[in-house]
Amino acid sequence: MPSFVIQEKCDGCKGGDKTACMYICPNDLMVLDPNAMKAYNQEPDQCWECFSCVKICPTQAIEVRGYADFVPLGSSIMPMMGTEDVMWTCKFRNGLIKRFKFPIRTTPEGQANAYADLKGQDLESGLLSTQEADGVTIPTPNV
Amino acid sequence: MALPNKPLGELKAVLDPEVVEKEVDILIVGGGMAACGTAFEIKKWLKDGQSVLLCDKAAMERSGAVAQGLSAINTYVGDNPKEDYVRMVRNDLMGLVREDLIYDLGCYVDDSVHLFEEWGLPIWKKTDDGKNLDGKKGKKMGTLKSGAQPVRTGKWQIMINGESYKRIVSEAAKLALGEENIIERCFIVELLLDAKVENQIAGAVGFSVRENIVYIIKCKTMMVACGGAVNIYQPRSVGEGKGRAWYPVWNAGSTYTMCMKVGAELTMMENRFTPARFKDGYGPVGAWFLLFKAKTLNGLGENFAASDAAKAELEKYAPYGTAAITPTCLRNHLMLFELKEGRGPIMMDTMTALADLGKTMDKKELKHLESEAWEDFLDMTCGQANLWCAQNCEPEKKNSEVMPTEPYLLGSHSGCCGLWTSGPDLDWVPDSYKIKAPNGKVYNRMTTVNGLFTSGDGVGGSGHKFSSGSHAEGRITAKQMVRYALDFADFTPTLKQSNKELVDMVYKPVRTFMDNKDYTTAIDINPNYIKPNGMMYRLMKATHEYGAGTATFYQTTSKCLEVIMDLLATMREDCEKMAAGDLHELMRCWEIEHRIWTVEAHLRHIQFRKETRYPGFYYQSDYPGQDDENWFCFVNSKYDAEKNEWDIFKKDYVKIIPD
Repeated sequence: MPSFVIQEKCDGCKGGDKTACMYICPNDLMVLDPNAMKAYNQEPDQCWECFSCVKICPTQAIEVRGYADFVPLGSSIMPMMGTEDVMWTCKFRNGLIKRFKFPIRTTPEGQANAYADLKGQDLESGLLSTQEADGVTIPTPNV
Repeated sequence: MALPNKPLGELKAVLDPEVVEKEVDILIVGGGMAACGTAFEIKKWLKDGQSVLLCDKAAMERSGAVAQGLSAINTYVGDNPKEDYVRMVRNDLMGLVREDLIYDLGCYVDDSVHLFEEWGLPIWKKTDDGKNLDGKKGKKMGTLKSGAQPVRTGKWQIMINGESYKRIVSEAAKLALGEENIIERCFIVELLLDAKVENQIAGAVGFSVRENIVYIIKCKTMMVACGGAVNIYQPRSVGEGKGRAWYPVWNAGSTYTMCMKVGAELTMMENRFTPARFKDGYGPVGAWFLLFKAKTLNGLGENFAASDAAKAELEKYAPYGTAAITPTCLRNHLMLFELKEGRGPIMMDTMTALADLGKTMDKKELKHLESEAWEDFLDMTCGQANLWCAQNCEPEKKNSEVMPTEPYLLGSHSGCCGLWTSGPDLDWVPDSYKIKAPNGKVYNRMTTVNGLFTSGDGVGGSGHKFSSGSHAEGRITAKQMVRYALDFADFTPTLKQSNKELVDMVYKPVRTFMDNKDYTTAIDINPNYIKPNGMMYRLMKATHEYGAGTATFYQTTSKCLEVIMDLLATMREDCEKMAAGDLHELMRCWEIEHRIWTVEAHLRHIQFRKETRYPGFYYQSDYPGQDDENWFCFVNSKYDAEKNEWDIFKKDYVKIIPD
């Protein structure tokens, strides 16, 4: 299901050195046409339909159209990302619409505990740093 | 006259890129779950003055196999005996696994899952009266670490709301490692051995897919964790749908190829994974089987897997086939049997499953059940949800077809190909599973090249790690690399090649393009070069027809393998003439180069193992069935780059955990 960019909605991320979609695409597919100042998918047949570009686009300019090989026309699924949840709108070919809301994270973005101050003590033991701090013992299998 | 043949990509390649040299103690190649584990753990052990660098081909926020998200964590040991984890993996992979690595992983994996939850990953919980709560509502039950119960679908799997799984895990990884120690969009393409110390890793070379820069990085020790191999066989969808691979389409076999080319020993490369998934969309079936208790039906509407004929077939593969949980390859085997007998298509009976579950549910609970079914796709295979929408398929009203996909190579899911690595230095681990460095010490997860480590899909003989296990394994490796770098603090890496030689190698496709592009008026059609896209089709056609692809119902023969070995040799020659006009295309050149070598290793192993160990994944038709007397052993291989020779040999399997 290759992603596509809606001309009218894409503002090329306002001339930044890279667009949001270009930053995120795991397969290096999204690029900016510097003359038109619009992004596009340069290799649609290598698109994993991971929706990373759709989810990150600040102007909701990116959607996906099902692979021509096997997906009939007329449907769409669109995510709306919040800070705690994602809301999906799923449109069927026959017009039926379903909406689903799922949690995505339970902590504020950017505040994952990296245990920056934790220092491991015994480099020769088999324990990971957090296990060492918790006083874990590595078991021996019953052989 | 203006010719139409200008490079397609926006980021044009130039003849002479800038060279950026770096020297660090520890280099991390990759940015997926394993590398994020390493990034999180490593600074906790790093001593003053030691340095580390991570290079990711993409952006860590959404790179690797978990980029899209996941709806479950498939390895959480919890209250289960770790010995049972080993037994499960051993049975699923037909008896031949590295039990030391699997048990060892079982000792660490839950610690990573506990961190994920702390970082904000929503994990479903069971209430005291047995109801399921999603990860947000379930917070009130407390954390897994504090004793709250997860929602188990199988013995080892737990349900999550995992749309942002990778974003959460990479956030902690990047905070821990520091942005200044990370280069994103840097594709490492070759590893470099030391010029003075034999069989010692000394660095790596790669390039930026954003700017014309070649990176030459020296290090004392390194982990390579770049996932498995995808788009190596012709996929069932050959147009736009090529991208809808089950595993991430950007996994190019780089882990295996880069390590084998510096002489690291491979193991069980004959093993592959051919998952049965919802047809074309490749949506996951695990939740349907395990959570919703759905059955698959053949074209006659029969639950074929429960038939007497199926039981008799499984008995041929005892004890694996007769175990409580049928191995993944044998489940495929039964499905292929139906298809070959003319009893297709195979349908997932979603209607009956949801109707049965609905019998004891009120309206609100039913609505939640429907939501769970859709979330399973929307969290990890969005395209399958769209396919259902396009087909007007509501699973409670319409069943969906299931089909085995094209083959994949990997070491972290239900497959076990990869590098031969050292087990931990513990008394219960057999000596034959320990790799000793020149100082006589054993470093857990080190390959047979000194200082070179791997994790996740890279570690062979140890499947069923999945996302959580790969993260934990990356953490194990982090500590070992710090230890190695300290123990060899006096070692100064020296490269064999000059900077010019390295740049010439990495940018060769660009030079080939520039030298020849003006000869014709069609940018892709030129007798003096081949574009990576063309080479990709050539590889896919060859594997499809001769290498036990879907064309032959996954069958190959000794003669077919001889044919494809010739084809691969020619492909490797023609790779010397690959051309790239832009940086994206240069990335594709190196990816297909990596894929071809990985496929060769895969097929050489199949050629060597004269039995069919994994019916349902592949069949060596000249040697049907299992031959325990001769082949109850690992198959390892080592490529000698200087002599261009492969050495393939048997390696003893040691049973550690009793049945």
